[in-house]
Amino acid sequence: MTAPGAAPQSTRRSHPSGTQRAFAERTATTVGRRHVVNRVMVTLTFAAALVATLPLLFILFLLLKEGAASIRPHFFTNMPRPVGEAGGGMANAIVGTLILIGIASAVGLPVGIGAGLYLAERRGTRLATVVRFLSDVLNGMPSIVLGIFAWEFLVRPLGHFSALAGGVALGAIMIPLVTRATEEMVRLVPTALREAALALGYTRWRTSLAVVLRTALPGIVTAALVAVARVAGETAPLLFTAFGNQFWSVSVTQPIAALPLQIFTYAISPYDEWHAQAWAGAVVLLGLVLVISVLARFATRSRFGLGGD
Amino acid sequence: MAEASAGSVVAPAAAPGVPPVAPGDGGLAVRMEDAGVGDRIYHVSITVFALGVPLLLCCIAVAIGAAAAPAFRAFGLSFLTSSRWDAVAGEFGAAPAIYGTVVSSIIALVIATPLALGVAIFLSEFAPAWLRQPVAFLVDLLAAVPSVVYGLWGIFVLIPLLREYVMPFLAEDLGLGRTPLFSGPAYGPSMLAAGLILAIMVLPYISAVAREVLLAVPRSQREAAMALGATRWETIWGAVLPYARSGIVGGIILGLGRALGETMAVTMVIGNRHEIASSLFAPGYTMASLIANEFSEATNDLHLSALMAVGATLFAVTLVVNALARWLVWRVSREARA
Repeated sequence: MTAPGAAPQSTRRSHPSGTQRAFAERTATTVGRRHVVNRVMVTLTFAAALVATLPLLFILFLLLKEGAASIRPHFFTNMPRPVGEAGGGMANAIVGTLILIGIASAVGLPVGIGAGLYLAERRGTRLATVVRFLSDVLNGMPSIVLGIFAWEFLVRPLGHFSALAGGVALGAIMIPLVTRATEEMVRLVPTALREAALALGYTRWRTSLAVVLRTALPGIVTAALVAVARVAGETAPLLFTAFGNQFWSVSVTQPIAALPLQIFTYAISPYDEWHAQAWAGAVVLLGLVLVISVLARFATRSRFGLGGD
Repeated sequence: MAEASAGSVVAPAAAPGVPPVAPGDGGLAVRMEDAGVGDRIYHVSITVFALGVPLLLCCIAVAIGAAAAPAFRAFGLSFLTSSRWDAVAGEFGAAPAIYGTVVSSIIALVIATPLALGVAIFLSEFAPAWLRQPVAFLVDLLAAVPSVVYGLWGIFVLIPLLREYVMPFLAEDLGLGRTPLFSGPAYGPSMLAAGLILAIMVLPYISAVAREVLLAVPRSQREAAMALGATRWETIWGAVLPYARSGIVGGIILGLGRALGETMAVTMVIGNRHEIASSLFAPGYTMASLIANEFSEATNDLHLSALMAVGATLFAVTLVVNALARWLVWRVSREARA
């Protein structure tokens, strides 16, 4: 970058007239003030960056302190236990969250990747513009609204809460995320690659799938993982779809436990024991989210260098 | 970027009214009629997936709208202005929830906007290269922390902190206790707590958009200001920020959209009381937390419909807010490309 600020205007040293001297002095003081303002503002932006990162460090520190105390191997293998009984765990909630993520991916990934391919391959069309805009709008929808949607279509007609409804709600949240990220990744594929494939006599669908999509794959894997990390921690849409379950259940048609739901239930309970469990659950949840996020970075780095910052 | 050619080379088909061959294609793009069966199937299937997005949005709108209709029919516009929420008497007015949603979001934006802009400016203009990545990563990570974890932190750290130190400090030491905004007992769970936690949560969204927009400002804009003798701050204030203004406003509105719809963390710290109080120290309610708390135990059809109506209001508001934000951001990036 260029050196900060501008050099003060040079004034002639020899025989300055009164006006010139006054001008020079005034310039010098304004320049001084302007540099002070510059310093102050640079410092302030630095302070903003510092303040913005503080809550995160604060939360991470506390999670480790509070959560580490309650995490024991049995936390991962035991079922929740009533207050007063030691040795409770969140095995069902951990498995439940994994199942919900599975259903969400099955719903969200194909639609998202397909729509993203469309947006990249047919980018000039009116439909592409509309879909791009609407998927951005959908991306900003409160997740609880998508919960209501899943409730309306999958809980009300069936008459009971289910893992399927929760998974679909999460899948709907994933769709716009995956769509836009896939589009970006596919756009990064060099035109020469497509042209080479077409010149070799590949049909257009094979070019698109076997060459373009194949090349963009690491980036799309990253996008998928980022979307999974995002929905893994979602609670609001699960409140009245997956609903939570105190018992072991892996059936998609039954209410299912989920890590964030369990944390919520324990956090708002009046018992210290359960609070400790909530902290432990939060550590596991955040750990899951972070591991997925880090995996996402690796997936992109591995090949082609696509999709990096 | 190879804007014109990259996508259209393989563009297989001509939708009605859309020219099938873009200039510069070199004739590679073929009309639908000439395409093979495979190409046609492929084109149709990705189109179907693409149509899934608008379809989903329509389904959401129709489902919620239809379910909300009985409540709107029963209470009319007074649903939005009345403060009574009595499931037993069958009377529902969402005013406190709407008020709480708006106020908590405003608090969040007032706190988060300057900070987020500071972060964005620091990262895009001032930060040394080695600091950029780590700080940007940490700020992005703020967005990755699940809402329920923020709520947990809010209950056990933020609220005690507010109750013991911040609220007495604001009310007594600063003497703000006489103003209606900071009066009353300091319970802890309050509008202020909700606003603060929302500020932390929307900050990464605003700063990400702002950073993106600032990076899109052409170099020449900065160089010109510097050549005129501006300091680095004057360059930013006079030449960069005005150029990026509408994009930054878009980012702020995007953050507003997030704040309006945020559910779990707010539900855990706002106190959930259906009442409009002038003091920020008093508990309140938001639309999202009202739905979260009552939905699974709605007592009768009208109650359920009233909650759906709250959902419909939330849907409509966030739809408008997001559309506006996207349009503003899109306008800047288009100008930057042109």
